[in-house]
Amino acid sequence: MKPRPFDYVQPDTAEEAIALLAEYGDDARVLAGGQSLVPMLNLRLIEPQMLIDISRIKELDAIRDRGDTIEVGAAVTQNKLLTWPELKQKLPLVAAALPYVGHFQTRNRGTVCGSIAHADPSSELPLALAVSGGEVVLRSARGERVLPAGEFQQDMLTTARGADELVTAVRFPVMAGQGAGFHEVARRHGDFAIIAVAAAVEKDSSIRVGVGGMGGRPMVRVIAGDAGGAINGWAEELEGYEDLHASAALRRDLFKKLGPHVIAQATGGKA
Amino acid sequence: MRRVNRNEKTRVTLTLNGKKLSAEAESRMLLTDFLRHALGATGTHVGCEHGICGACTVLIDGVAQRACLTLAVQAQGRAVTTVEALADADGALNPLQQAFRNNHALQCGFCTPGILMSFTDYLKRNPHPSTDEIRDVLSGHICRCTGYAGIVKAVEEAAKSHE
Repeated sequence: MKPRPFDYVQPDTAEEAIALLAEYGDDARVLAGGQSLVPMLNLRLIEPQMLIDISRIKELDAIRDRGDTIEVGAAVTQNKLLTWPELKQKLPLVAAALPYVGHFQTRNRGTVCGSIAHADPSSELPLALAVSGGEVVLRSARGERVLPAGEFQQDMLTTARGADELVTAVRFPVMAGQGAGFHEVARRHGDFAIIAVAAAVEKDSSIRVGVGGMGGRPMVRVIAGDAGGAINGWAEELEGYEDLHASAALRRDLFKKLGPHVIAQATGGKA
Repeated sequence: MRRVNRNEKTRVTLTLNGKKLSAEAESRMLLTDFLRHALGATGTHVGCEHGICGACTVLIDGVAQRACLTLAVQAQGRAVTTVEALADADGALNPLQQAFRNNHALQCGFCTPGILMSFTDYLKRNPHPSTDEIRDVLSGHICRCTGYAGIVKAVEEAAKSHE
C-alpha cells in the first residue's frame, strides 16, 4: 500500500530537528533509515502528520570513540558500524549481533539508533545495548538526558522517549578483551527472531546474559556459577508468550538450549 | 531546511543510470513509484512494498537498498542505478546477467532485477564471496520459482568471471 499524506521536512541540523519536535511532538515521526518506519507507513499502521528526516544531518552521522564508550550517532547505518575497523576489538558483542540484524540490503540503510528507538522486543540491537550496559542520549529543547538501556526501553515498541525528544546517539561501553556471544533462532535467516540470546563476560568473570523475544523488552541477568541451571530456572520464571511463530513452551525450550550455547561462545567454551 | 507539505508537489531531480532526470512528486510518493510511473523506468519491480521481498532493490549512490522504503523526495540529488543500467547499449548482457542466464537463475524473472542489483553492490565490496556469504546476501530476497540453487551458482560463476 501507499502511506497516507504527510508533511516532509529535512532539517539541516539536530537543533532544527529538535525545534520541529518541540513544535509538533506526537504528530511527528523521526525518519532515519526508515527500515521499520516506512513499512509501518506503507501498511498504514501509523499515520503521522509530519516526517522529520534526519538521515542527512552530518553531525549525527558519526561514530565517536570517547575512551570508555563508543558513541554511535542517530544517522549511522548498521552497515557503517559493522564495517567500522575497530568494532570487533572494542565492541565484540555488537560485532556478533549486527550480522543478525535484517539483511545486507536493509543494513545499508537502517540505523543503529533507529532500531533501538523502534524497540521491537525481538530486535538484536536493543538486546546488545542492554547486555552491554549501554545508554541512550536524548535531546530536546528542554536539554539533554542520558538513560541506561534498561530504563529507555519499557515494553513492546514503547520507550521512555518524550514526544519532544530526539535520540541523538547511543553509547556502548568498550568491552575490549571481554568474551561475547550472540545467537538467535528465526524461521529464516534475517527474519525477526523467535528468541535471541546475548552474553558478555564481565571483568570478575561473571556473565551478563540477555534474552530477547521472551517478553516486551530484553531481559538481562548476571549469572555466576552453574550457567545451565541458572538458565533453566530463569526460562521457567520468564514464561514467554505465544504468537504465530512459536508457543510459549517452545520459546522457553529454545532459551534453555540457546542460553548455555551462547554462554559457551562468550567464555570460549569454558562454561 | 527543505520542506514538502502534504498537498503540494515538488520537483525531484536525480541521476538515473547516468542521466539527469526530474519529475514532480508528492511527499508520500515512494521511490519505486517515482521510478516506474514518473520516470517510466519499469525495470525495478514492486513486490511486497514493505521491504521484505527485495524485488525493488536499487543502488542509491552505489549502495543496494530498498526503493519501496525510500521516499522519492529522499532521492533528491542522488545517483540511482537500476537493472536497466546493467546490459550494454546494444543489449549484450553483463557477466552477472549472463551467469544468471547460464545457470537458470531465473524463471518468471519478477525478483531478478532486485537480486541483480544487490549482487552488483555486494560483488564490488567482496569480489570472491563464499557460498555462505552469497546465501546471506540472497536471504534479503524472495524468489518463488528457482529454489535459489541456480542463483547461488550464477553468482559464483560471475565472481569467477572477473578473476
